[in-house]
Amino acid sequence: MKLAYWPGCVSRGFTPELHGAVAKVAPKLDLELVELDRANCCGAGVIAEHNQELADTLNARTFAMAQGVEGAAGMMNICSTCQGAQSECQERLDADTAYREHINGNLDAEGLTYERDGAWWNKNFLWLLVEDIGLDALKEKVVRPLEGLRIAPFYGCYIVRPSKRLGFADHPERDTYLEQVIATLGGDPVAYAGSHKCCGFPVITMNKETSLRQAGRHMADAVDAGADCVVTPCPLCHLNLDLQQPDAARYVERDLDMPVLHFPQIVGLALGLEPKELGMNKHVVSTRDVQRKVAALAAA
Amino acid sequence: MADYALKIRRFDPESGEPAYWQEFNVELEPERSVLDGILQVRGDQDGSLGIRCSCQAAICGSCGVKINGRSRLACNTQLGEAAERAKDGAIVVEPMGNMPVLKDLIVDMDAVHWKKVQRVVPWLLPDGPPPEREYIVPAESMIDITQSMACIHCGACVSACLSLEVDPEFIGPAALAKAYRFVGDPRDGQTEQRLKDLAEDPHGIYDCTHCFQCVEVCPKDVAPMDQIMRLRRRATDDFEIKDGNNGYGHEQAFVRIIEKWGTLHEGQMPVRSFGQGSMVRGQTDPNAVRQLVDSAGTAVNTLKKVGPRKVLFHHKLPDQKNVRRIFKEIESKDERLELNLYIVGEDAEE
Repeated sequence: MKLAYWPGCVSRGFTPELHGAVAKVAPKLDLELVELDRANCCGAGVIAEHNQELADTLNARTFAMAQGVEGAAGMMNICSTCQGAQSECQERLDADTAYREHINGNLDAEGLTYERDGAWWNKNFLWLLVEDIGLDALKEKVVRPLEGLRIAPFYGCYIVRPSKRLGFADHPERDTYLEQVIATLGGDPVAYAGSHKCCGFPVITMNKETSLRQAGRHMADAVDAGADCVVTPCPLCHLNLDLQQPDAARYVERDLDMPVLHFPQIVGLALGLEPKELGMNKHVVSTRDVQRKVAALAAA
Repeated sequence: MADYALKIRRFDPESGEPAYWQEFNVELEPERSVLDGILQVRGDQDGSLGIRCSCQAAICGSCGVKINGRSRLACNTQLGEAAERAKDGAIVVEPMGNMPVLKDLIVDMDAVHWKKVQRVVPWLLPDGPPPEREYIVPAESMIDITQSMACIHCGACVSACLSLEVDPEFIGPAALAKAYRFVGDPRDGQTEQRLKDLAEDPHGIYDCTHCFQCVEVCPKDVAPMDQIMRLRRRATDDFEIKDGNNGYGHEQAFVRIIEKWGTLHEGQMPVRSFGQGSMVRGQTDPNAVRQLVDSAGTAVNTLKKVGPRKVLFHHKLPDQKNVRRIFKEIESKDERLELNLYIVGEDAEE
């Protein structure tokens, strides 16, 4: 399947292991990714907060570039926040013809136009994997079932709310996909309080206490539920849950030491890729215990 | 008629016993409400069951509860639909979150919700002497605040708010939506003072984490988070309020970085955020430097993880001039364009 691919900013910034992992995983799933290397930041909600027309124009620009990729089935992103911020703009662009034409007017100078097309989509890799590749096809490709690995899902707000904007009417199970994929890969999905809550990242510079109490509490809940690791499709969540975890531990006054994996990394592990190829040695919270368990699986 | 199991959270403060679960069975049509079910239990099985309700038509906002973990109005939720979403067969009904429980399904709205609403001065503060007759404003200037006016104060958003869960002092979604109702009112004379107050409060507009819970649960589509974003937009862009919470700095940092590079230069985000958007101020202002020092641990971990190159340098997009042109053209307009789907609705066109 050929796809226009928007990797986002953070996957090429402070979580480069995510971008690298997707590059390794995509060929295993027969995905041909055409990276949108001229596309701009989705705005992460902040540009929309500053100026809605600006955010909508910037994302219409990205969509227009994606629609220009010949033979692409749609556009794929690898970030919950990109998904949410882009879906918000797309909702407005699709809802009102006059508004869409006005926004497209801002792109005239580049010769770009976003066309409303009910069949065109922008999907996070998680959605794409379940809806367009399918769990059965994925299962057939699993060469190293993650047996015994207890994995706690962490979605990121932007990919589960608001459900109306995010296509839950047509895909009501989108808030259970992580659990479904974890089970398909042979792992044990761990139920705990934080799976659909907020990592706190958006306010890390504005209210560190609120931000890291959120991150810390969810990681503590995952520890208490007996998880070996947390997995998230959102690199911004990853920043607060992994990079900030040593600080977050101070705010909740307990040891955490909870490895946090990017969603494509667990897919890669089950498809036979090695932890190092997937950048698992690049995390702040060490993933060595997870790596050891995976190595034991390979030996079994 | 169908049978429904209701698993209800019970608590009697006078008993001295902790809260507990109790299951009841009711027989009603699937399109009847969960509130109908609760009232049937109270009428036929246990008269001591506490629930606050009045209109039973999603107007009064009294019967907010959590149904299967989700904050909503009991009168506005059908039994059949709730049963479909029930995990273990029984529809789980509990009191709302983030507020103390008085009895069974009744929470103390005064202690949290109404106190926070009072906090934002929820009445008009006009400038100058009152007119001889009523205040007259053009109807179109009120359209923008109709969404925030639709609030029925049920507390569902307060119950679901994830910032409140870790920071009980957060002013919260309902009260901030109410604040926008007056900030956006052309008759109000204290717009800037209101915004300054809400921006400077460490538990004000910059304590919202964008989690969309309030948008998701509001039975009236008030979208409190959207109103909070409007408050931020007015505070930063109309009044340039440089608050002590880095709200202004964070927005400016993000926007100017994307204007310059096209994608996010994360290495500059904290410095610029602490420096009201400026790299120089972020490294010289004593308050900014204090915050940088406080973030030193994360900075060291970042350097170890991605190396100094990624922290210090960032590539522009190949045709960044196009992104800059978009910024320049749109930001130089006299008025910001905003499409509010709550007000305009969706096109009928297919």
